[in-house]
Amino acid sequence: MRAANALVKALEEEGVEVIFGIPGGAILEVYDALYDSSIAHITMRHEQAAVHAADGYARATGKVGVAMTTSGPGATNTVTGIATAYMDSSSIVVLTGQVPRPMIGNDAFQEADITGVTMPITKHNYLVTDPKKLLRIVKEAFYIASTGRPGPVLVDLPKDVTVADIEYNYPKKVELLGYKPNYDGHPKQIEKAAELIMKSERPIILAGGGVKISNASQELLELAETISAFVVTTLLGKGAIPETHPLCLGMIGMHGSKYANYAVQESDLVIAVGCRFSDRTTGKVSAFAPNAKIIHIDIDPAEIGKNVRVDVPIVGDAKRVLTKLKQHIQYKQRKQWEDRVNELRRKYPLKYKNEGFKPQYVVEKICEIFPDAIVTTEVGQNQMWAAQYYKAKYPRQFITSGGLGTMGFGFPAAIGAQIAFPNKTVIDIAGDGSFLMNIQELATCVYYSIPVRVFILNNGFLGMVRQWQQLFYRKRYSATCIGCKDVSFEKIARGFGAVGYTVEKPSEVEDVLKEVKDVDDPVVVDFRVDYQANVYPFVPPGAALNEVIDEEG
Amino acid sequence: MRYTISALVENKPGVLARVASLFRRRGFNIDSLTVGRTEKDEISRMTIVVDGDERVVEQVTKQLNKLIDVIKVSDITDNAVERELCLIKVHAPPEKRSEIVELANIFRARIVDVARDSFIIEVTGDEDKIEAFIDLMRQYGIKELARSGKVAMVRGAKKG
Ligand SMILES: Cc1ncc(C[n+]2csc(CCOP(=O)(O)OP(=O)(O)O)c2C)c(N)n1
Ligand SMILES: [Mg+2]
Repeated sequence: MRAANALVKALEEEGVEVIFGIPGGAILEVYDALYDSSIAHITMRHEQAAVHAADGYARATGKVGVAMTTSGPGATNTVTGIATAYMDSSSIVVLTGQVPRPMIGNDAFQEADITGVTMPITKHNYLVTDPKKLLRIVKEAFYIASTGRPGPVLVDLPKDVTVADIEYNYPKKVELLGYKPNYDGHPKQIEKAAELIMKSERPIILAGGGVKISNASQELLELAETISAFVVTTLLGKGAIPETHPLCLGMIGMHGSKYANYAVQESDLVIAVGCRFSDRTTGKVSAFAPNAKIIHIDIDPAEIGKNVRVDVPIVGDAKRVLTKLKQHIQYKQRKQWEDRVNELRRKYPLKYKNEGFKPQYVVEKICEIFPDAIVTTEVGQNQMWAAQYYKAKYPRQFITSGGLGTMGFGFPAAIGAQIAFPNKTVIDIAGDGSFLMNIQELATCVYYSIPVRVFILNNGFLGMVRQWQQLFYRKRYSATCIGCKDVSFEKIARGFGAVGYTVEKPSEVEDVLKEVKDVDDPVVVDFRVDYQANVYPFVPPGAALNEVIDEEG
Repeated sequence: MRYTISALVENKPGVLARVASLFRRRGFNIDSLTVGRTEKDEISRMTIVVDGDERVVEQVTKQLNKLIDVIKVSDITDNAVERELCLIKVHAPPEKRSEIVELANIFRARIVDVARDSFIIEVTGDEDKIEAFIDLMRQYGIKELARSGKVAMVRGAKKG
């Protein structure tokens, strides 16, 4: 069988339903094989967007997302998408074309050393040098991408490899000497953790993206309810338990609510599950939860002790470890702690001055009118307002580029999520600057009737950067005005064949949101919000979680 | 402090690049790195000497372990036989030759090349011995020097 056909057959066997990509010379054989396949292909308008779409698909479903591009520029365009997936542990496989083997190393037309380029931003990558190894490599790629701590895997396919004749014998198992993720936490460590938990008076659970990846939400919720612990989350952990649950305090960190951050600082035990203690989450590390012991449950041993001192490390899968942990703990009420946290909640609510046309108000209305939608975000203020005011109700609902903070991620990621869930509403809460970074995908949405809703919080600025300039650079607004108040996103949307709206006043927000609810086409709504709005509360970089800047008045 | 880390890796193209890339990216300092085949053809051993504190070494070990092509990583700093090979081209005029040969003998070093006014001397041993020998040779004038980097193996029955 032609290797290209064998590859496509292998992808079918892996359960791949859709590939996001753009064809080109070096990958033509595979595209030709795809022509007869049951696998759908979405031709994106930029390879970066193709990878983000695969990433969005993966995050929304828990399956492996697949992107495919040609060699050279097609391959190098994937880099930002791959780095984004790597930082957020998203399981994707990227297939790239490569020049024929005899030409590799000669700077042939459209040759790029993509395995070299992506070495530090993939979980693993392969250059297929022997057609006989192709199927084993594909098998390994999917296995590596989706197990342990997930991540992107790239497979580079020289064109002459894809035309080679090979036998189709897709391996059933993988044998990797150097890759054996540890799923079961050490029983002694779990007992130690249980002891700490039962002794604690003021426990907090910190849930990261790993909880969602491991599908451990139910176990986490049970733990919280059993031990009466409040749950805070990282940005990626949003939705790990419903944010409407009385024990959920939402996001902590740089733009977390005061009450959530304060609660962490006052806690005597932090049970961190599937998170990596990034600087955006912890604030000043040495002052993070100063009176607390820390239990850290993570599947990646390298994350434990990397940023924060840990008292009880447990290496394992969140779901399995929490299930085991449950057997060692009993119900405990912690009335004083509950009262204290609820007092913090009352005293320091998340709030903004609702005058003029505030972006926060738009997000609140989106949350009200689309409570169950899958929400992706771009990066910047829009992302933080979305994190603060959109309350996630289920685990894979809120999709955002946390680790890399990639502008332009949200829209293509929404496309991936929409492809995975055609009957759900999928919304990209966008900034004007970020949306422009992958706006070409409107063409994709229109062409394939992908009814993503893009809600732009248009402040005419690279707003988050402007905010830092205002607060830390004496209002010297260097290079952050991008003039999008003079851009008609409504007309642009129409030009692509999508539906466009412009909203100038808060009084119109609700009506327009309700109106676009049942539109079957892709929709862009340009909310022309106040450009001065800032994201508060704000723990400045290097400050402790309780050293918060808040809006005056 | 310097730590000696031994890593068994798959003998595949690109493994060295992956390891080197990891050290560079995470800002770990490599003092020396050697790689060669083991008793099994498909497996190579890397011996890496890193400079850093305990935390750094813990991270190095864990990050190395995450590489798919890396099979096993051990910190063997305190429990290993360590050897390095060093070639020294030393200035050796006729009147100094016997003196140099004598010193070489004491160190069980071997003269492996003789030219009109220089020797190439091969010396193996642990780091201290090699440093000491190099130091002694300085007085004659070292023209060139090449060191292999350290190879190491855990003592006794245990595998590393
Ligand atoms: C690709 C990329 N380039 C630059 C940045 C730096 N950056 C972070 S937020 C931001 C502004 C984003 O502007 P916009 O999308 O309008 O969002 P806003 O903050 O105004 O809501 C920039 C430039 C980034 N995160 N990603
Ligand atoms: Mg903006």
